Amino acid sequence: MEHILSASVFSKFSKAFFEQGRWKMYLEGLGNTIIIAVVAALIGTVIGVTFAMVNYLNKKTGKLKVFSRIANVYITIIRGTPVVLQLMILYFVVFASWDNGIMIGAITFGLNSGAYVAEIARAGFESVDDGQMEAGRSLGMSTAQTMWHIVIPQAVKNCLPPLFNEFITLVKETAIVGYVGIMDLGKIPGLIQSRTFDYLFPLVIAAVMYLAVVLVLTKILHVLEKKMAKSDRNGGAVNGK
Amino acid sequence: MENNKPLIEVKNLVKSFGDNVVLDNISTNIHHGEKVVVIGPSGSGKSTFLRCLNCLEDPTDGEIIFENENIADPKVDINIHRQNMGMVFQQFNLFNNKTVLENIMLAPVIIYTKKAVAEGKTKEQFKKECYDKAMELLRRIGLEDKANVYPSTLSGGQKQRIAIVRALAMNPKVMLFDEPTSALDPEMVGEVLDLIKELADEGMTMVIVTHEMGFAREVATRVLFMADGNIAEEGTPTQIFDNPQNPRTVQFLKAVL
Ligand SMILES: Nc1ncnc2c1ncn2[C@@H]1O[C@H](COP(=O)(O)OP(=O)(O)OP(=O)(O)O)[C@@H](O)[C@H]1O
Ligand SMILES: [Mg+2]
Repeated sequence: MEHILSASVFSKFSKAFFEQGRWKMYLEGLGNTIIIAVVAALIGTVIGVTFAMVNYLNKKTGKLKVFSRIANVYITIIRGTPVVLQLMILYFVVFASWDNGIMIGAITFGLNSGAYVAEIARAGFESVDDGQMEAGRSLGMSTAQTMWHIVIPQAVKNCLPPLFNEFITLVKETAIVGYVGIMDLGKIPGLIQSRTFDYLFPLVIAAVMYLAVVLVLTKILHVLEKKMAKSDRNGGAVNGK
Repeated sequence: MENNKPLIEVKNLVKSFGDNVVLDNISTNIHHGEKVVVIGPSGSGKSTFLRCLNCLEDPTDGEIIFENENIADPKVDINIHRQNMGMVFQQFNLFNNKTVLENIMLAPVIIYTKKAVAEGKTKEQFKKECYDKAMELLRRIGLEDKANVYPSTLSGGQKQRIAIVRALAMNPKVMLFDEPTSALDPEMVGEVLDLIKELADEGMTMVIVTHEMGFAREVATRVLFMADGNIAEEGTPTQIFDNPQNPRTVQFLKAVL
């Protein structure tokens, strides 16, 4: 009895993973998931940090009111609508004639993530002491020079852990791209089920792969946090007031 | 020399924050080599006055003439003038993401490299010059062994002395100090005041806001007593400390001495 059961478990697993080189499909899907997450994180970071910077400069100098307003409208719209609709708008409308689904997925999540990163980065900029900008300006450096050499590095450093966390979230949440047929890891179980007529094993295998990636990234995040705490003690301090 | 012409002319300076008039029509001249000490009760506008001198606060009205330009005019490129006015803050404000050496070298390198290259130096040569100058400044304050550490590992006194030489690295014509020792533990006040006195003895023009009355008496060539956004009384240290005329000055000195 036991023997038969384990035999059938193994054969189902084998069908879901080894037969006809199906494992390659998971790996390809995983590769696409990671590409989408990495590109989206890069786009999101650029957008988010830029918005937060505009906001910071507007507060300090009162000179970027219009940009700051635009940024806030963007953030409100992105955060106030479902990402799956944003995906459909980009996939079926804006980029209807572009067949690179992976990149469309990455851009969608990049634009989406930017609105969330903006909040993270805003906190990063707010944590930089006002005296840092004043000191740079009092030496005769321009606002831009002081931002670039002093304020931005400290702001970004202050929000590295939450930024990395946002990346981990992206790895999981981008599974939505399967909705419009983009071949990420989340889409693979459905494909395999349509051939083997077993859903359980492909789903478990994909879930285990997501989990493995997330656990590895979480571990990296913890190492990063520890390192930063240490460099704060040793002098890389960001808030050494 | 142009010694008869003031280094900084303050004419009818007004600064208000909303309805709050913090500086109410202040006029005074700061001459080459003068050490002007500004004293007065909390909230009287001392910091605001000092910060208006290099336009860290934009004056609401009036003129600040420095090197033949009215730097209170928003059209003037303030950065160029700030390069000639060093400022030292109560909270030191060393750059947290830079080592001590980088703190001192950063502004000279990024501001003057272009000019040095135009004069025929290579970037590397100029950077080396800035490095040598920074190390010389660190040796002067006995902190050359701290060149490569980050500010958070330093004591308050060390931070403030580094902040002072960071300003000196730009070769300023005047130094502005806003309560440079107020954030220090008592045992570190001396080392910072000694350095400021040294600079004073070398002839640096200075404007110093301080609550250290002994130091004010010792270093000042002129004392300004501020009250309610005005210069209520000014004179030599002897006049102000030993023979104050204005009842506000008398009252203030009684409270702090
Ligand atoms: N950025 C600002 N916005 C609004 N009000 C301000 C600002 N800076 C200063 N003030 C106000 O201006 C007045 C004078 O402040 P200032 O800091 O110049 O006084 P101070 O003489 O330096 O006092 P202290 O001895 O406490 O340092 C205070 O009433 C203060 O509340
Ligand atoms: Mg003050």
